[in-house]
Amino acid sequence: MQEYITELSRYGIAAVMLIYTVIGFAAFFSGRENSRGIYRFQCALIFLLQLICFTDLAVVSRDYQYVFFYLFVQIFLLAATVMVPIIYETANRLLLNNMCMLLGMGLCIISRISFRKALKQYIIALVALALSLTIPYLLTRIRFLKKLTWYYAAAGILLLAGVLLLGQVTNGSKIRVTLFDAITFQPSEFVKILFLFFLAGALWEKRTIHRVAVTAAVAGVHVLVLVFSRDLGSALVFFVGYVFVVFAATGNALYLLAGTVGGSAAAWVAYRFFPHVQERVLAWQEPWNYLSNESWAVTQSLFAMGSGSWFGMGLLSGRPQTIPYVEQDFIFSALCEELGVVVGVCLIFVTLNCFLLLCGMAARIRDRFYQLIVFGAGIMYCFQTFLTVGGGMNLIPLTGVTLPFLSYGGSSCMTTMLLFFIIQGIYIRMQQEGGERHADRAEG
Amino acid sequence: MPTERKDKETGENKKGKRIGCLDTRRAVLASGVLFAALFLFMAGFLVYFVATNEQDMVNNSYNSRQQVLLSRNYRGTIYSRDGQVLAETVTDAAQNETRVYPFGELFAHVVGYSTKGRTGVEAQANYYLINTNISLSSKVANDMAGVKNPGNNVYTTLDVRLQEVADSQLDIYRGAVVVTEVSTGRILAMVSHPGFDPNQLSQIWDSLLSDDDSSVLVNRAAQGLYPPGSTFKLVTALEYIRENGEEALDYQFSCPGYFQHGEQRIHCYHSISHGEVDFTLAMAKSCNSAFAEIGMGLDRTAFSKTLETLLFGRELPLTMSHAQSLTAASEEMSDSEMMQVSIGQGKTQITPIHLNMITCAIANGGVLMRPFVVEHVKTAEGRTVKSFAPAEYGRLMSMEEAQILQELMTAVVEEGTATKLSGREYTAAGKTGSAEYGTKKGNSHAWFTGFAPVENPEICVTIIVEGAGSGGDYAVPIARRIFDAYFSDQ
Repeated sequence: MQEYITELSRYGIAAVMLIYTVIGFAAFFSGRENSRGIYRFQCALIFLLQLICFTDLAVVSRDYQYVFFYLFVQIFLLAATVMVPIIYETANRLLLNNMCMLLGMGLCIISRISFRKALKQYIIALVALALSLTIPYLLTRIRFLKKLTWYYAAAGILLLAGVLLLGQVTNGSKIRVTLFDAITFQPSEFVKILFLFFLAGALWEKRTIHRVAVTAAVAGVHVLVLVFSRDLGSALVFFVGYVFVVFAATGNALYLLAGTVGGSAAAWVAYRFFPHVQERVLAWQEPWNYLSNESWAVTQSLFAMGSGSWFGMGLLSGRPQTIPYVEQDFIFSALCEELGVVVGVCLIFVTLNCFLLLCGMAARIRDRFYQLIVFGAGIMYCFQTFLTVGGGMNLIPLTGVTLPFLSYGGSSCMTTMLLFFIIQGIYIRMQQEGGERHADRAEG
Repeated sequence: MPTERKDKETGENKKGKRIGCLDTRRAVLASGVLFAALFLFMAGFLVYFVATNEQDMVNNSYNSRQQVLLSRNYRGTIYSRDGQVLAETVTDAAQNETRVYPFGELFAHVVGYSTKGRTGVEAQANYYLINTNISLSSKVANDMAGVKNPGNNVYTTLDVRLQEVADSQLDIYRGAVVVTEVSTGRILAMVSHPGFDPNQLSQIWDSLLSDDDSSVLVNRAAQGLYPPGSTFKLVTALEYIRENGEEALDYQFSCPGYFQHGEQRIHCYHSISHGEVDFTLAMAKSCNSAFAEIGMGLDRTAFSKTLETLLFGRELPLTMSHAQSLTAASEEMSDSEMMQVSIGQGKTQITPIHLNMITCAIANGGVLMRPFVVEHVKTAEGRTVKSFAPAEYGRLMSMEEAQILQELMTAVVEEGTATKLSGREYTAAGKTGSAEYGTKKGNSHAWFTGFAPVENPEICVTIIVEGAGSGGDYAVPIARRIFDAYFSDQ
């Protein structure tokens, strides 16, 4: 019996994922993001996928814990997919679906690696959802957000600097802070939100070279503090976020060029002066020559992907635990190993789908402040995914950032969810007020 | 709504009329396209990686997932060409697994072992052996019965009878024998001496490792590097034919037993004087002096190119682990080095399998077939999972060049150093070699490489007997027994 379920679920999961992804893109390109039929069908696929995955987990492990956890996760997903549209009728449902799909898959694969961590992640996701539900409401009411520009920057830099001074060292990086001996969190994640609001606030109105330079200096402080905390992945995400927001705000492609040149120069300096950067580059260039030390993590990740092949080894049948920090940095490799590369490719495309949805939205928003926030959020989300997924397959050197929604990590999960609901709020606001009127006010 | 927006946009554009300026909306969409391209590339990279690297990833000894597979499947069986078991996993009542090699030492190198690392077919086909493709219903039945699934079985091209003949003929000598099928590249026999019993591997392991002298674990057929000696004259001759065409056959040389060039003197084997020789006779009698002179006249740049096309200093198209043959030929090399190279001495070193491949290409009209051992992979139920068809590697020389070399090699058997192969029911062609090694004069490895029948070559045999003496005396008789065994069969 178990063999049948394992075998069927391997192909079942891939098939459902594939259909889900194709529908998502079909809906995006046909402009029917809010068609009820599509929305419901995608929802059904999310729940079907959950059923298959957790049935497989429960049957293979013969552990009733998975049955309970399954029920918990379904409660969360029901809350997200049913409650949100009831409260906010005009929310973007395709984006909501994608978020639920990714979170559901994430919880499933984390529970396979560590049940305790999955429970923790689940509770955080629940809290994050509760907080997030208020955001669209607040966004449609609060009017002074555009005026706080420099306060966002100050708060962000203070938070980051605080971590640099007070944070505990994990794997050579200072990125976490523990409060009351109980809650550990990673402020650089939350600062992403502040950073986006700062960028949008600084650039929505004035787009002169002078303003861009001042913004660059402030953004540069963020990045430098992150570099000194040895959180290079986040530093890169902030940097790329800044460059693209400037590009969008000014419409000047030369800023992209300047960003590329500046970024390359900074990367070269980092390579020259930081031994840990040299190690990562070495591990990337010649993974097979430094297999037992520098390249251990990335080669184990490659083994996982290669062994998983197209349809995966089956849930609980692989060995994702051999990859160091698998639930944070290499969750994508664990997914590929047990569920297969077909599912992995689908997840890449679901992420892309989210990003394209955000770009589409940003293109339609008339209020430049919110337009830049949505676009910047999309860039940072998308680029972070590229860093961690590309690092895991040794396309680029490893940077050690989380995969939004899928990785274990409360701060990452909460931040990404808050951001997605900020976007939902902006989307709802845009529909409420209509693009034009607001645009006038923004321009005038 | 659209008109108003358009006005605004043009207004914007006027304000910032600089190179590379777009409005925000277009910048957003351009970024969307940029990242979409990046993600497509990333997805493509992942797909490509898995499509091309899956087996390597599973086989890597640092990948502990092999143990996962082995905890669910037991290793499949390796069969000879005629269906005899070469390696199988036996499970006792207590579910203890033992890998058994019924032929003991006979296939030790080519089939290999899987307990102390992996070698031979056990390594090449590891991916298939530890995976299973049996039907779902069989898996369920095994699951119910609480037994493991049988891994896929591997069917090789190895011929037990030829392997036995080669092994017994090499006797107590160190050395190697390779027998391949000319038109397909199937490896029919591959022997390396000294051997070891893979059944006893864990008991003898430490003594094997501590023995520096005999390198028992090395598969000499594919990993042993030897000076090619006179067998290399085939290569020198090929280059001479390339440079001179049909006129090569007009070559004449009067051999006093040595060839003098400046300070350097090259001697014929045992300083025998061959008298008047033409190109064919020089090859047949293996006249060092003539070939040293031929070598001196060769274009060294062209020669090094020919060596490259013959795969010297390059990875061979082989899936088994092997050594790369070495040679040095360049514009800068000295005359004395060039003379040494021309007769297969000096820095040149070759593996027996490589020499066999060159011989096969000659026998096959210039086209080299990729040598292979694994022919089919089947499930325990007999369903074919994968078949490896004979595959062409490419052309090493033209049909005409191969033709001339075949004629030269026929003369070697009919009137030269391999006459022990003449007068059989089949016709044979080949080249002997007595490769001097070490510093002591007179120590030589006995080589033979050749094929039969001449009219329509079927098999190609390459033999090296370490430190035995002349190829004609020690290697040719072994080749005769192998050809005898092969043709008596049909």
